[in-house]
Amino acid sequence: MDIASAPPLSAPMVIGFDYTRSLGPVLGSFMTGLRERRVLGSRTSDGRIHVPPLEYDPVTHAPVTDLVEVLTTGTVISWTWTHRPLEGQPLAHPFGWALIRLDGADTTLLHAVDAGEPGRMRTGMRVRARWAANPVGHIRDIECFEPAETSPSQASARVAAPAPDAPVTTIVTPILLRYRHTASDQESRYLRALAEGRLLGGRCPACRKVYLPPRVCPADGVPTDEEVVVTDRGTVTTFCVVNVPFAGQRLDPPYVVAQVLLDGADIPLSHLILGCPAGQVRMGMRVAAVWRERAQWSHTPENIAHFAPTGEPDAPCESYADQL
Amino acid sequence: MSRQRAVAVVGFAQSPCRPEAGTTSGVETLVPVFQRALAEAGLARREVDFWCSGSCDYLAGRAFSFVNAVDAIGAYPPICESHVEMDAAWACYEAYVKILAGEADTALVYGFGKSSAGELPRVLALQLDPYVTAPLWPDSVSIAALQARLACERGILTERDMAEVAVRSRVDAAANPCAQVAGATTAETLLAAPYVADPLRAHDCAPVSDGAAALVLAASDRARELRDRPAWIAGMAHRIDPQGLGERDLAAVPSARAAAEAAGVAGDLDVAELHAPFTHQELLLRAALGLGDSVRINPSGGALCGNPMFSAGLARIGAAAEQVMSGRAGRAVGHATSGPALQQNLVCVLEAEQ
Ligand SMILES: [Zn+2]
Repeated sequence: MDIASAPPLSAPMVIGFDYTRSLGPVLGSFMTGLRERRVLGSRTSDGRIHVPPLEYDPVTHAPVTDLVEVLTTGTVISWTWTHRPLEGQPLAHPFGWALIRLDGADTTLLHAVDAGEPGRMRTGMRVRARWAANPVGHIRDIECFEPAETSPSQASARVAAPAPDAPVTTIVTPILLRYRHTASDQESRYLRALAEGRLLGGRCPACRKVYLPPRVCPADGVPTDEEVVVTDRGTVTTFCVVNVPFAGQRLDPPYVVAQVLLDGADIPLSHLILGCPAGQVRMGMRVAAVWRERAQWSHTPENIAHFAPTGEPDAPCESYADQL
Repeated sequence: MSRQRAVAVVGFAQSPCRPEAGTTSGVETLVPVFQRALAEAGLARREVDFWCSGSCDYLAGRAFSFVNAVDAIGAYPPICESHVEMDAAWACYEAYVKILAGEADTALVYGFGKSSAGELPRVLALQLDPYVTAPLWPDSVSIAALQARLACERGILTERDMAEVAVRSRVDAAANPCAQVAGATTAETLLAAPYVADPLRAHDCAPVSDGAAALVLAASDRARELRDRPAWIAGMAHRIDPQGLGERDLAAVPSARAAAEAAGVAGDLDVAELHAPFTHQELLLRAALGLGDSVRINPSGGALCGNPMFSAGLARIGAAAEQVMSGRAGRAVGHATSGPALQQNLVCVLEAEQ
């Protein structure tokens, strides 16, 4: 394919991590309560009971200390219907979202209502909490709410609380996000050339500097559209010896990560220097790319396994002094 | 004490709002926007004293995405730069204060975002309370629907009122080359569509848009040198409502009302550019800001016709300023929102004379 006219490269990207959050006295008690299938609200100086609880009084700004139990039944104050639930939401089949005022509370809680069909939802409808089988002290201990055309007194009976356990002090919430990352036209040309074993830089039309990878010139704010082939050998401008082991590390320490100023480029790239003891790597050392087997190439800088010394005399300091 | 400096908008540009704008970085999108905004202000890039941006890393799933975008400024040799993790309307507020304080005479404010890179309604769940709300992943459209229903059932507005907002916006957007959605339609046609999230239909929700915008600010005499008719900032204020959705009156938008009062919205207004990503929100904002029938709302078509996250609010201030700079309005309001269901609101009053 003609690299210049091909569409930008793009690829799916998934970001996943856990948020681990500490809970203060109010939210800690609230989550501990959920684990016992109880819902606690906070009482503020104006006598209002907030569910979810507030940590600070919005009127006096004092820490909230008065927690009171409310019922696990309530009334829908507003609602909507979800035909196609999204990843991570409480139910996988169509459901209603609702602002629910629990019996005994003055504010509303957002949660899902498993009503089967939108025709069963209405403002003013009575709902009751459906508990997760194994509560752990998290808002998702309430699996969802379900319609309950019963009076509060009848519904207040609850499952016996499990044996007391240490109070809940942290919650863990997994985050999972899916993206499609799209490279710029210049990055795409660079990555496609890399897949062919070539290093393609871009020259700034204003300052004439060659960037590798090509980018918008940070000095002039213009794209570096003129393509320049850069050689795969250059000079170590600066480096560090990695002595510290860490999770996911692919090489055994000590090893060298260096800034390599390729001949023909005006900005160094970061890569590994192997092929000599770490203690022998020095500023000004001449190095050349060691490419992986051609069959392993793809659109990634990993096509170059590392850089290794060429044995040439060291470059004079003036030749890379601008990069330090 | 010295007389307070005046600050004016002297240039504005935005990229077309697109459902899919290519590159995730935003840098390439920003380059031509900066060139046009600076050309309109008659200012050279090196004459900008202060740069301030608004964006959000979660949108593109890239850490420090605003740092990459700084390339488009030409940040070498070093410049004076700042960033807010919000709509760039709040970056505009920062630049406004910076100029008022005498620390800069000119500023360029910009916002950018590629909303299409991820699943926007899910990504926005992460701006909710992280303990009791975000772990349920409620999407932004459903949350807006809860607000719309409250307003409908309280008799503040109807689904037909909402459809008419969409009709007017699309007709006005036909004259806006940056609009993503535009064209003549009728409320009957729109109301025949199915619900996306009852009571919201597709026309009630802003499209998912990629884009960028830039605004140039200048102080007193500098502004007069650069333009015959700068859009002077007569007042700017922002306010915030509690994070808990059940802790505030979703149908009244108290923070918008408070910001409008603090910014001095009262008086004869010709135009208001309201950042309302949902039709019902425009109606709630009109009430909160106390805008009468004589005020022309969103002649640009508004966010309903193109809503690039983190620049759509700034673009409302820019569009209002354009009305003043072009002479079509003597006094205008630019409004921006952030957070779920109009939780945070910024109001900027612009005038022809100072
Ligand atoms: Zn350059």
